[in-house]
Amino acid sequence: MAEPMLKPPKIAISPITWVRQNLFSGWYNTLLTLVVGYLLVVGVGPVFSWLFFDATFLGSEPSDCTGTGACWLFISERLNFFIYGFYPDDLQWRVDVMFGLLALSFVPQFIERFPGRKWFGLFGLTGLPVVGYFLVPGGNFGLEVVESSKWGGLMLTLILAYIGILASLPIGIVLALGRRSEMPIIRGICVVFIEVWRAVPLITVLFMASVMLPLFLPDGMNFEKLMRALIGITLWQSAYMAEVIRGGLQAIPRGQYEAADALGLGYWKKTGLIILPQALKMVIPGIVNTFISLFKDTTLVLIIGLFDILGTVQSTITDPAWQNVAIEGYVFVAFCFWVFCFGISRYSQNLERKLDTGHRT
Amino acid sequence: MKKQTVDSRPTGPKPWYDPRIRSIFFQFVAIALVFWGGWTLVDNTLTNMESRGISTGFGFLDETAGFGIIMSLVPYDATMTYGRTFLVGLMNTLLVSAMGIVTATILGFIIGVARLSSNWLVAKLALVYIEVIRNIPLLLQIFFWYFAVLGSLPSPRQSVEVADSFFLNNRGLYLPEPMPQEGFGLVWGAVIAAIVAVVGLRAWAKKRQLATGQIFPTFKVGVAILVILPTVAYLATGTPLEWELPALKGFNFGGGITIIPELAALWIALSLYTASFIAEIVRSGILSVSKGQTEAAKALGIPNSLTLRLVVIPQAMRVIIPPLTSQYLNLTKNSSLATAIGYPDLVAVFMGTTLNQTGQAVEVVAITMAVYLTISLAISLFMNIYNRAAAIKER
Repeated sequence: MAEPMLKPPKIAISPITWVRQNLFSGWYNTLLTLVVGYLLVVGVGPVFSWLFFDATFLGSEPSDCTGTGACWLFISERLNFFIYGFYPDDLQWRVDVMFGLLALSFVPQFIERFPGRKWFGLFGLTGLPVVGYFLVPGGNFGLEVVESSKWGGLMLTLILAYIGILASLPIGIVLALGRRSEMPIIRGICVVFIEVWRAVPLITVLFMASVMLPLFLPDGMNFEKLMRALIGITLWQSAYMAEVIRGGLQAIPRGQYEAADALGLGYWKKTGLIILPQALKMVIPGIVNTFISLFKDTTLVLIIGLFDILGTVQSTITDPAWQNVAIEGYVFVAFCFWVFCFGISRYSQNLERKLDTGHRT
Repeated sequence: MKKQTVDSRPTGPKPWYDPRIRSIFFQFVAIALVFWGGWTLVDNTLTNMESRGISTGFGFLDETAGFGIIMSLVPYDATMTYGRTFLVGLMNTLLVSAMGIVTATILGFIIGVARLSSNWLVAKLALVYIEVIRNIPLLLQIFFWYFAVLGSLPSPRQSVEVADSFFLNNRGLYLPEPMPQEGFGLVWGAVIAAIVAVVGLRAWAKKRQLATGQIFPTFKVGVAILVILPTVAYLATGTPLEWELPALKGFNFGGGITIIPELAALWIALSLYTASFIAEIVRSGILSVSKGQTEAAKALGIPNSLTLRLVVIPQAMRVIIPPLTSQYLNLTKNSSLATAIGYPDLVAVFMGTTLNQTGQAVEVVAITMAVYLTISLAISLFMNIYNRAAAIKER
């Protein structure tokens, strides 16, 4: 007869025991806790009172900031500029619709039991850019045209990161497949392309896109500055994407390739039906991580004169009407980025745990 | 009986189904496309440059630059050539990268180990540091240090000073500069001799340990040699080193070593940012060493300190080094953000000012990209050599 299964004994740890074990075990740990705790209280206290307790939240004029703490009025007064840039006020509903659709596509991805969340995500990857293409610049369906030079702020940051990642995905797949190809010349071309782009900093790529691209193109053909930046970002990002996807391709066991060959599938059927679906699923966390780093890197476009969220803040903190608001501005941008990046990275870690089917060799 | 010589093999596939012929065809098409694309680009570029009156070739490198650079490691003034500006920019890039790599590594290792500390407070603090810093764009951090922190320092007349020799103000950090006098070469000789002695000592101690099993305290004796020998030489030659102190002259400081705020902001931001990534690498490296290894070492009676040095760290390093080198590469590439705050690195000086003045975009961008490509290839070459040396030798 089988032994009855016993549950592991319950270990009840009282808070005092926990503190003793984790903070005050031995003289060395006690000393460490006391010193670090003291530094923390001394260092973090003033920061908190600057951020919250002494800060000014109400009012509308620079002169309302009388406290010794942060002047958050600067942010609330300029919030419109930080989010939409120079986008005309009465047309901002178009951007709001896009924000709403973006949230609708991706917030369900964080909720486990949301019905049909896959379809929302699919819409985000396919329908959303199409809607955005017609809605944000206008020009069709009787929508008023808004020049891309008027876009800015958070909206521009999201556009750059989103289009950058979406456009680089197919190019990255092609490059990754090329790099794993058995044809030496195709492999060589892909390796050179990937390694060159990965070796150079994004800033040189952006410089190149803004300075050299006009030279490369035939006469009469030219792109707006935003478009040039997007081309640079996409090419640069596709090299990183290719390496992430290559990781997935390499992780597929050989048996899968051989089984597909044994079934008589050709290259494209084998790749499209057997290999890529498995490989892409495996690298979703990697893709999300590249997205995070691209999202942070989009701030560099301010160097070539585009007003992303950091650019809008950077251009307003020197406003003579507001005195010494640099730190407030930077804290605001840092907070925006942190919320996005931390949230997405948590999501990707979660995904990694869930997708780990355990049969990776 | 006569043998039948009927060929029973099936006839080969049609040429357009033959994988070999197909592969040759596709590669031919690929080459043709690349050449066509490249030729179109070159053709367009030449036409465009001609119509805009931009000259071509690398002759501009010998022309006079005519602009000043706020910081250079090699002698430079505005009468020198564009080639010289390239060198100045390159040196500045390498300087800030090297400084950043050293501090980021030290900080990263400390934080990575702190993350694994048994002390709850220390571990959580390290976690908060990592999660906050690496989720905020580097450019924003550079701006923060440059405009918000260093920009709000007092003016030169109200400098923060320590012991009349260190001054901190919004123009930079001023340090005393060592001025080697006659006879200082002997001290350098002593340093080299000490290094040679330590290397020899190490070889001897290893040989002795293999032969007798006795462990020689190489580390302690080595440090002693490294400290004592140069000190003795320094004192014996009559302290041939003088310090030039920075002093306020008019509106600014003169003399001593100056760390300009651009360099300081870039250095601090790069170090803090990269350290958060290195910390995670170090943590995962240490965690990757399986518990059985430490337990086996304990079972063999190896003391704790030796277990760490001989068992855990060598195995952790195997996991740590490859991503660490790629972080170094990232740091070097990220140092190009210097151009946003005006630190004269390669991108700012060469791709910025020189390109704007000469208009020779193609050549300048090509040279700059070649530099980064060379650095990147050198680092990956080093990594491959290391990987080959450190890979687990299975028998």
